[in-house]
Parts: sequence; structure tokens; C-alpha cells
Amino acid sequence: MLLEVQALEARHGLLQAVRDVSLKVAEGETLALVGANGAGKTTLLRTIAGGHRAAAGRVLFDGTDVTRSSAHKRVRMGIALVPEGRHLFPRLTVDENLRVAGGNGRKGPWSLDAVYAAFPNLEPLRRHRAGTLSGGEQQATAIGRALMTNPRLLLVDEASLGLSPVAVDGVYRSLQTVIESGATIILVEQDLRRAMKVATRISCMLEGRIVLEGTPSELTREAVVDAYFGLREAGTSQATA
Amino acid sequence: MASADGTVVLAAAGVRKRFGSLVVLDGVDLTVRADEAIGIVGPNGAGKTTLLNVLAGALRPSGGHVFLREVDVTAASAAKRCRMGIGRAHQIPRPFGDMTVFENVFVGAATGGRLGKKAAYSRCIDVLERCNLIDLANRRAESLGLLHRKRLELARALATGPDVLLLDEIGAGLTDAEAAELIETIREIRRQKIAVVWIEHIVHVLVQVVARLVCMDAGRVIADGEPDVVMKDSAVIDAFLGSEVA
Amino acid sequence: MTWVNSIVHGIFLGGVYALLAAGLSLMFGVMRIINLAHGSLALVGAYAAYVFVEHTGLSAYAAIPPVVLGMFVVGYLLQRTMLERSLRAGVLVPLLTTFGLLVIIGNLLERIFSPDPKSLNPGVLGTTTWQITGTLSISPFEVLELGVAVLVLGVLQLYLTRTRMGRELRATSEDPDTAELVGIDSRAVYARAAAIAVGTAALAGIFFGMRSSFDPSSGPTELIYAFEAVVIGGLGSLWGTLVGGIVLGVAQTIGAQIDPQYFDLAGHLVFLVVLLVRAAIESGAIGSTRGVTA
Repeated sequence: MLLEVQALEARHGLLQAVRDVSLKVAEGETLALVGANGAGKTTLLRTIAGGHRAAAGRVLFDGTDVTRSSAHKRVRMGIALVPEGRHLFPRLTVDENLRVAGGNGRKGPWSLDAVYAAFPNLEPLRRHRAGTLSGGEQQATAIGRALMTNPRLLLVDEASLGLSPVAVDGVYRSLQTVIESGATIILVEQDLRRAMKVATRISCMLEGRIVLEGTPSELTREAVVDAYFGLREAGTSQATA
Repeated sequence: MASADGTVVLAAAGVRKRFGSLVVLDGVDLTVRADEAIGIVGPNGAGKTTLLNVLAGALRPSGGHVFLREVDVTAASAAKRCRMGIGRAHQIPRPFGDMTVFENVFVGAATGGRLGKKAAYSRCIDVLERCNLIDLANRRAESLGLLHRKRLELARALATGPDVLLLDEIGAGLTDAEAAELIETIREIRRQKIAVVWIEHIVHVLVQVVARLVCMDAGRVIADGEPDVVMKDSAVIDAFLGSEVA
Repeated sequence: MTWVNSIVHGIFLGGVYALLAAGLSLMFGVMRIINLAHGSLALVGAYAAYVFVEHTGLSAYAAIPPVVLGMFVVGYLLQRTMLERSLRAGVLVPLLTTFGLLVIIGNLLERIFSPDPKSLNPGVLGTTTWQITGTLSISPFEVLELGVAVLVLGVLQLYLTRTRMGRELRATSEDPDTAELVGIDSRAVYARAAAIAVGTAALAGIFFGMRSSFDPSSGPTELIYAFEAVVIGGLGSLWGTLVGGIVLGVAQTIGAQIDPQYFDLAGHLVFLVVLLVRAAIESGAIGSTRGVTA
């Protein structure tokens, strides 16, 4: 198991965002997290990456307990997050955004050249300030920036938010390249169809809990829809794996 | 615009809202009858909270009108609308921390509800009892846990004597037991014939209280009707989960 | 002294102000800390140079490398011990902490050195005068002052734009949370910024000490000058700070030309005017100047 999350709890002030979440991701898997807004997906990803403090539970990366490790240490170990809303450094150029992340992670196939090769639309934008880019370009830069750390585990939060369908296609093509290179990915995605196409497993979250898990072939759209809205309240945990 | 059930208490007609070049509301029509409880659902970015803000008076629309009963309140400030009968409970409860529960509610009754001291006092007691907060009346607001804060938020809005109450994702962060208690409080509000407009992501909580569901996507209303029917509408499901075919 | 003379001397003075202000601007731009002890730390630099000169008999210029290096370390340690913790406690706590530091430094200096004014000898560079025109004369020391200021600011600029650490600093100043998520150790970045801020402040303090006398109570005055220079020039831009320093210096010397008592007042007035104009233009946008621009 590359990643193991055990009974994780995370809060925003008084609000419990992640409740007793446990999951396992093996190396090479692509896990898609689906769920309504406020279900806790972003908080979960941020807590795994170290950007948010866990209130209880553990995060184990390759056997090591990283629950209390700072985010930058986790990057060094091989966890990288592409945050929801991209969060590029707006006044730094595309090149600088990429370079500032490179060298912080591990050695590996991803370098400045490799990233520009994977995202050729960024090449002409190298010296442009990141704040001036379009949504799709920013998303590509954000993914590239995470890749520069050569992660073993890539966490992608809502890569398609605010993008045109064409731009989303582009993002998913690049994600496919990353998947084929053997990386492990956890992906938060609103669009169930895309999630089903690219994931090896799907987990549905509702109000901070995982309420449904399974492979795309095991889960029907109806089952996910029910879990998503929690309307067919058949208990809080319904793993069909 | 009256229907067989009752008069219209709140209406949005052709409401549009732009932020620069970003269109958030694209012509929204909504009518809320005096006796109704409606829920508003929709994916991220659908415009739900913006609509609520326009109804409450926190935002001016770029186009269209808001009517409170027959009166056009589009230009009225939020404070004015509150005094006229629109109450609002926020997503993240913001009580006046240093004041007691009672004092928080009193502010609602005296200023929003425009009552004299004596009348405000008795309304406060009434509201606190209905919202199950009377035992906590003398506690400082910031010492309250999440459920009680949410109840206080509701009580404070209730104290202003609204005809319609706007609720913004108040179900968030509660356990199943707490959610059940909150639903009880809202049902109590409904017993007083106050109309409720409730934005919520947690649909299964919502449908226990509302008899009508409105679904929004990309600034428009895409479905409006009974909860069962709306939640099975393929357009609604597609809005949340993406379409089934490429 | 004529007007031209005043302006020219004001520019030279402005150079040192800019050098002093750079550190203040840096700490605010990166960490959102207003270091009220900034002027006092500059003063410590001057006193450290004084001690060095007394003990070694070398010139004040020879004191610069060891003192500035020592103050780099002081800044680094200050950040990692006191200021880091203050930051976590909230926005106002660093103000209180650095104020406390200001008071402590002032008192310690008085205890150790007595309230008598001291000064550093600029040597022959300070006493030589070059007659440029009939009415304008400058000294090589002033030229050195301005030259050093511009050089240091230039090096800082290069550091920010061309080096890895500089990039990390800029990124962290824009978004510390995301910086951590891409592998930047934000605490190390802050410590480096504090080291630079205090080191450059000490350098400026030494030059001030060579210009005029100083005593344990000079800290707050130097802080005010630095603060005014930063505000006049705009937050976050190093070259803006240079402009701000020069505007302040020129305002002060022109004021003194009118009447020697108006030295400080002229500077304060210009500062006030600029502040009000900025506030009027940017009302509500003051918080958007986060970040250090290259």
C-alpha cells in the first residue's frame, strides 16, 4: 500500500469536514473521489498532503506515519497536491512557478523540459505571469508544477472546475500520460463519466464519510447517484468492493 | 401571481447578476408562497448563494426585480428588507460572541423586529422556547457548540418577525442526530406559518422539510417541483454529475 | 547652501534611508510583520561597529563585514525563536513583540553605553569635499553611501529574481500555504528574509552612525524614517523603496534649507500627503499589496 488513511478526522473550526475516513491506495492505482460540495473531498486531500491538520487518525505513506509531518516534508517524500482553484503564484512566471517546485521533491523523469513536452501549449507562455493565463493554461501549469516534484502520489483536486470541455479534454490527456508513467493518483472530480473512464476505483463521499466504494465496472451510475445525494439512506457505509 | 394555496410572499422576476464579465445569474424566476418551504439545490457555481444574496438584499441584481408581497424591494437595502419581513440565517453562524444567547436574540427582536422593550422581551422568550434554547439563554454565544450556534442563528432571524426565512446551507457539519434536531427546529418555524427558502447541499436533510425543490445550474432554474420528481430528473443528475454520454 | 545643493544632499541621504527601509519592506512584504524594532536593530549595528572600532583600532569601514554578518545571524535567530511564534499567535502579536524588543534594546544600550551620543568616523572620505560647481560641493563619503545603497538593493533584486531562494521567497510571500504544498520550507524562507532585513538594517545603521551622532534613543527615530520611506515608495517593491527614501531625504533637506527646525517636519508632511493620496486612490485595496515584486 502506497497510501493508507486510518480513521481520519478533520475540522474547519467547529465544522466536522472529514469523519472517520479510512482508505487504501496501492501503487499504480487511480482513485476517483466523487461527492457533493461540502462532502469533505478537498479537506481530505489537503489533509493527506499536509496542508490541513488532522484532528484524529493517521496518514501512512509507504509505511511511514506522516500525520504530523509538514507539507513540504511530504513533498520531499513524494506526495504532491494540485489544489482546487489551482493556486498558482500569480506574479511569478510560468517558468518560475515550475522551477520553484522543482528540486523540492525527488529525482525522477519530470524536469522542466519534460513538463513542457507534456504540455506544449505552455511553451510559448514561459515568461508570462501566471496570473494572466486562461483557466486551462493555469490548470496545465498547476499540474506541471506538482509533477516537477516527481511525486509518487499525485493528488488532483477538481481539475475541470471552471474549464471549457475542450480544456478539460486536454487536462485529462495529460493526466493519462502521468497515469501511464506509473504514478498513483487520487482525483477529485465532479464529472462522473470522466471519473469512471480514468479511475481504477471510485469512492463516493457524503458529509465527511465514504459511503460507497468500488471499481467502475462494479458501480452503476444509479448506485453512485443514490450515494451522492444520500437519498436512499441504507446506512452510512456501503462498500461494494 | 397568487395561487390556489396562498398569496405570494417573495418573488424573483428575471433576476440577472453579473460580476464583470462573469454571468452568475442568467434570468431567474422564482415565486415563494406564504405557506411554502422550498429547497434550492444545484452544483458548485450554480448561483444559489448569489440568488439568496439578491433576495436578501446583500447584492443588487444587474437586472430583474425582487418582490416582497406586492412591493418591489429591488432597491431596498438588506436592513430595510429585514424590517419588512425577510429573515436570514447564514452558513457559518456568526453570533455576537460576547453577548449572551438572550441578548443576541433581543437584538433581532428590538432592531429587526422594531419592537419596544417589553414586546421584544416577550418575543425573545417565545422564540427561545420554540428553538429549544431557553435553557441556554444566559450563556455567552461563543461558548456554544455548532448545533446550538445554528439554532441561535435561526432564533435571531426569527426574532425579527419575518414572513419569509432564507437559510444558507445550515445543514453543514452536523452529525445525523444534530441534523435531526435542527430539522425539528425548522419544522417548529414552519408551524408559525413562516415561509422558508433553504439552499442546501445535503439533499436528504432538505427533503425532510421542504415540499418543493428547485434545482439551479449555471445561473438558471432547471427544475422546479416535488422533491422525488426533481431528484430523478436526468437534467438535474447531469448537472451534478456530468452527462452520461460524451 | 542653495536649493540644488539641498536636493543633491537629500538624494544621498535618501540612499541610506532606502537601505534602512529595504529590510522593513521585505519583512512586511513576505511575512506581514511590521518590525517595530527595525530602527533599534539598525542602531545595534552602529553600536556594534563602535565597539569593534574601540577594540581593534581599525576604521569604521572595517567594522562593516563582521557586524553585518553578525547581524544576519541575529536576524535569523530572532525569526526562528521569537517572531515565528508571534506570527502563529495572530496578526497583532508581532507588533507587541517587536515593540517589546524596541524597548529592551533601547534600555540595554543605555545601560551598556550610557546615554551619551556616540559617532563613527567616516575618515578622510568624510572630510574631503569635491567642488562640483560654484555652489555645489559633495563628499566622497556621500557618494559611497548612495553607491552602497544602490549596490545592495541591486544585489537584493538579483537575489529575488535570479536565485532559487529568491524565487522561493517571492512565492512564499504570495501564498505561504501553497508554497508549503510545493515543497518550500516556509519557515526557512522567513528566517532568511529576517536575516537579510536585519543585516541590511545594520549596514544602514553604520552609515547613519558615520553621518551623525547616535544614542540609545535613536532607534525609534530611525524606525520612523524607514517607515515613511516605505510608505512613500510603496510596499513590496525594492526600487519603490529607493524612490521613497530619496523623496524623504530631499524633502527633509529642503525643509532644513527653509529652517533647520523643519528638517523632520518636512519629511512628515510629505509622508502624510502621500499616505492620504494613496489611501484615497486605493481605498480598500491596501491588503492587496501582499507579495514582494521583482
